[in-house]
Amino acid sequence: MNHTVQQLLLAAVVVLPLLGSVAALVPAPPGLRGRGPDQAVMRHGVTVTGVVLAAAIALAAGFDHDHPARMQAQTDIGWIPALDIRVHLGVDGVSLPLLVLTALLTFLSALYAYFNRPSGPSPKAFVALLLLLESGTLASFAVLDLMLFFLAFEMVLIPMYFLINRWGGAERERAAWRFILYTLLGSVVMLLGLLLVGLAGGTFDMVALAADNGGKLSHTTQLVAALAIIAGLAVKAPMWPLHSWLPDAHTAAPTVGSVLLAGVLLKMGTYGLVRIVLPMTPDAAHTYAPYLAAFAVVGIIYGSLACLALARAGAKGDLKRLIAYSSVGHMGFVLLGIATLTPTGVNGALFANIAHGLITGLLFFLVGALKDRSGTTDLDQLSGTSGAALYGRAPRLGGLLAFGAVASLGLPGLAGFWGEMLAMFGAFDPADGLSRPAYLTYMALAAFGTLLTAAYMLIVVRRVCMGDHPVEPGTGTEAERPALADVHGHEFAAWSPLVALTVLAGLWPAALLGLTDPAVQQLLAGGTR
Amino acid sequence: MTPNASSLATSLVQSVDWLAVAPPTIAALAGLAVLVADLFLPERRKHLLGWGAIAGLALAALALLPLLDGDRSTFCLTTGAHTCSYTADTFALVIQFLVLGGALLTALLSFSALDDLKLPAGEFWFLLLSSASGAALLPASRDLATLVIALEVASLPAFALVGLRRGDRLSSEAALKFFLSSVTATAVMLLGVSFVYAATGSLHLSRIADALTHVDPRLDTLAQAGVVLTLVGFAFKTAAVPFHFWVPDTYVGAPVPVAAYLSVVGKAVGFSGLILVTVLAFPSYADVWGPAVAVLAALTMTAGNAAALRQRPERAFSAVRLLAWSSVAQAGYLLVPIAAAGYADSGQDASRAIGSTVAYALMYAAVNLGAFAVAALVARTSPANRLTDYRGLYAARPAAALALGFFLLCLAGLPPGVIGLFAKVTVFSAAVDAGLGWLAVVMALNVVVALYYYLQWTAVLFRTPEPAAAPEPVPTAGAAVTRPRAVPLTAAIALTAAAGIALSGAPQLVLRFASSTLL
Repeated sequence: MNHTVQQLLLAAVVVLPLLGSVAALVPAPPGLRGRGPDQAVMRHGVTVTGVVLAAAIALAAGFDHDHPARMQAQTDIGWIPALDIRVHLGVDGVSLPLLVLTALLTFLSALYAYFNRPSGPSPKAFVALLLLLESGTLASFAVLDLMLFFLAFEMVLIPMYFLINRWGGAERERAAWRFILYTLLGSVVMLLGLLLVGLAGGTFDMVALAADNGGKLSHTTQLVAALAIIAGLAVKAPMWPLHSWLPDAHTAAPTVGSVLLAGVLLKMGTYGLVRIVLPMTPDAAHTYAPYLAAFAVVGIIYGSLACLALARAGAKGDLKRLIAYSSVGHMGFVLLGIATLTPTGVNGALFANIAHGLITGLLFFLVGALKDRSGTTDLDQLSGTSGAALYGRAPRLGGLLAFGAVASLGLPGLAGFWGEMLAMFGAFDPADGLSRPAYLTYMALAAFGTLLTAAYMLIVVRRVCMGDHPVEPGTGTEAERPALADVHGHEFAAWSPLVALTVLAGLWPAALLGLTDPAVQQLLAGGTR
Repeated sequence: MTPNASSLATSLVQSVDWLAVAPPTIAALAGLAVLVADLFLPERRKHLLGWGAIAGLALAALALLPLLDGDRSTFCLTTGAHTCSYTADTFALVIQFLVLGGALLTALLSFSALDDLKLPAGEFWFLLLSSASGAALLPASRDLATLVIALEVASLPAFALVGLRRGDRLSSEAALKFFLSSVTATAVMLLGVSFVYAATGSLHLSRIADALTHVDPRLDTLAQAGVVLTLVGFAFKTAAVPFHFWVPDTYVGAPVPVAAYLSVVGKAVGFSGLILVTVLAFPSYADVWGPAVAVLAALTMTAGNAAALRQRPERAFSAVRLLAWSSVAQAGYLLVPIAAAGYADSGQDASRAIGSTVAYALMYAAVNLGAFAVAALVARTSPANRLTDYRGLYAARPAAALALGFFLLCLAGLPPGVIGLFAKVTVFSAAVDAGLGWLAVVMALNVVVALYYYLQWTAVLFRTPEPAAAPEPVPTAGAAVTRPRAVPLTAAIALTAAAGIALSGAPQLVLRFASSTLL
């Protein structure tokens, strides 16, 4: 496709949600008023995110799939000459899937929220914040300037803070404050690292710095800068032991907030590692990789054990909190893949990123729907003595939940499998100079983590989906248990793309790996292969 | 007149470039006019004085426009090299713009405070305009005598402004504290100036710079002592540690608009004097003042942030107190590039470092005045001005809460306060470029620490209001209506917010000073 069209598409993907966010705050013009202002503004949200998704898909269609390593659709305009900060946008094989995933998940969230209005203050602000969040996330995947990356990274925090604080559940104020404090401190530390890289490297341009491959930075500078950047990104990813904001934030956030937080926001951390740390400070990445891998593996085991503890009967485990902890484990695989510094591992990490976005997004949607129906996400309350028997009471919902759970535990043939398999495969044969025995240990521990994951996911399925058929013994009448509505039409519309893509990515991983692999090879080799 | 006599006349009688000196002169004349008009205006027409003062300041600011085409000098020595006492170069114009704009915004803030606190209008406007004219004179002064006079013209009315709340014990105490510490600093500075004069035989900055390169070895100690003592006076004005103790009490005791004025224009006076003296007069003693200013900067930001962190939100006046300590910390950031100028290899590098201070000061002036404006607005309904009074401000006044949140994030240096972030980045890079790595690290730590209290305040704005206050929104709304509407105050908030947003969209507007030579 024409280069200018691609440029415009990419710019539109970043700018449209921002404009839409402002437009959401002004009263609707005549003709677009719909049934009352609330409905009109929610519809506005669906329209804008839909247009953005269409633009993102068009961008992906026009993307030159023969050269995914090349930055495409680049725009490069000066913004602040005094600091040599430029508005540099571009997309390659690493960022394209994330862009599309973000646009998709935000669209599905807006669609879901349209039919299932979140309880809280004005929908106007909700839509404006959702669009602002989308713009920030898309911008952080599209920008190629370190300072702009930081701005986009930060831009996401404020809408997310308000989404949790205003539309969240119990303990939302504390959770929101904790979320903003952790991620903000993390990103300021990251800013210092970025500044160091930019000032020592003489430019903030990410393409130039990556092509330079750390050549202009002394070893010490690299170590200091990479430590700061990794620390900041690790809070976001989140890496054990910097994850403790995550379970609270997820538990308190509204459904749509949880979906976007897990599906998209966490990816910004790992994306930053691949895009910034690996190519710009390669020596430091080499030094820190074993530690990063160790933390990643601890995260995998820790997340799984926490989930197992929550899934136990009588533990008063919250289903949302459980999925949040499972995210810690899954992101552990992503970090492990990155820390192998091999193309295999990094490709696996990027694949697992996307897979986690699809599957965990779906799971949070399902749990949100369950909460709407039964009023609780507490596993003990849900399952009672024998199990919640979702298969019997709402078979489609139960089936989808079971599907999400087995996808999450990494069943071959679904999206969750390939990323984690490749990450472990990368750990089996790490990059030159990294201690092989250490990585073999990590691999063994990670494999053990997948077993634990399977265990708690199956426990959840057993307790939520299975159970006695809700018939009063002897009488043959329905038990006093309230009826659950099965999946509604709009819920099917919001969830089926995620299910379809999970299956597609599981059966045809080459579609995604073909995009990321050349770009990863180039990033690891430093700009030019 | 014979040709001979006319040449004698030109050598003795200076021709004054009135256009160049117009900005401070107009401000001073407007002050006098207001004072005279106060005698003839009946009580109910006194508010016209305020508009007169605003017109005077606006006119003075407009008088900067014809000067933009190039450097102009006046009050020059008629003999020897071209040495002038007054130069309207880019640096002077930018600082004059800052000072006059700051005074203008202060004037807008003051309308409602004058009504609410029953301050004497004529005196207030006269003092504000005189102080502004002194502050506008200072950045253009190029000899030590003019500098000292400008500094005093800017300060003396400020003492009176602080103490203007008649019968208020806190106010008089604040004024006395401010006065005593300021006078001590001035005395020390005058001693320093006399030492420098004794060692160099000149008061003109450029001549001092020449003479200091070859000081008589026996006078070397005297010259060094003179350099250090001169800096003390300006360090006091910027409220640098250890000359900062007057700040919190003075800000709390003064009417809120006066505190805003001191925090912006008072500081501008201090750091521009510091820049002139260090960079223009004492470049050869950079090894003396460079490290001194660097240490001062580090101490100032650390002490300011540490004290700001320790503010208890439920204490009376905690909001103004927090702004006071935050302004101390911000003064620390302002000093960083001046210290970097001391380590610069060339005059051009030094000038560029100074540009970072100027850029930062412009950002700081806009957003700090904005924050004080919202504080003044809140002070109308809750005079104690505690941080807890800001809880749920968003529910009561969404626009004011959003504006304050934006100003605080600018001060913290976080998006969406983009300009705050990049102003900090320029200061940071000035330190790194000068090889002051340790200072950059101290600054980074301080920025991180400061995030906590700025964010906490911002978060308070959006909390749900106190449950006790919730059942009675009608009476508070009624009370707000009975008070006269604060149109000028709203205008001040709108102006500062617009400036902050414009700068965040196009940071180059002020950051270009950081990449150009000003002096």
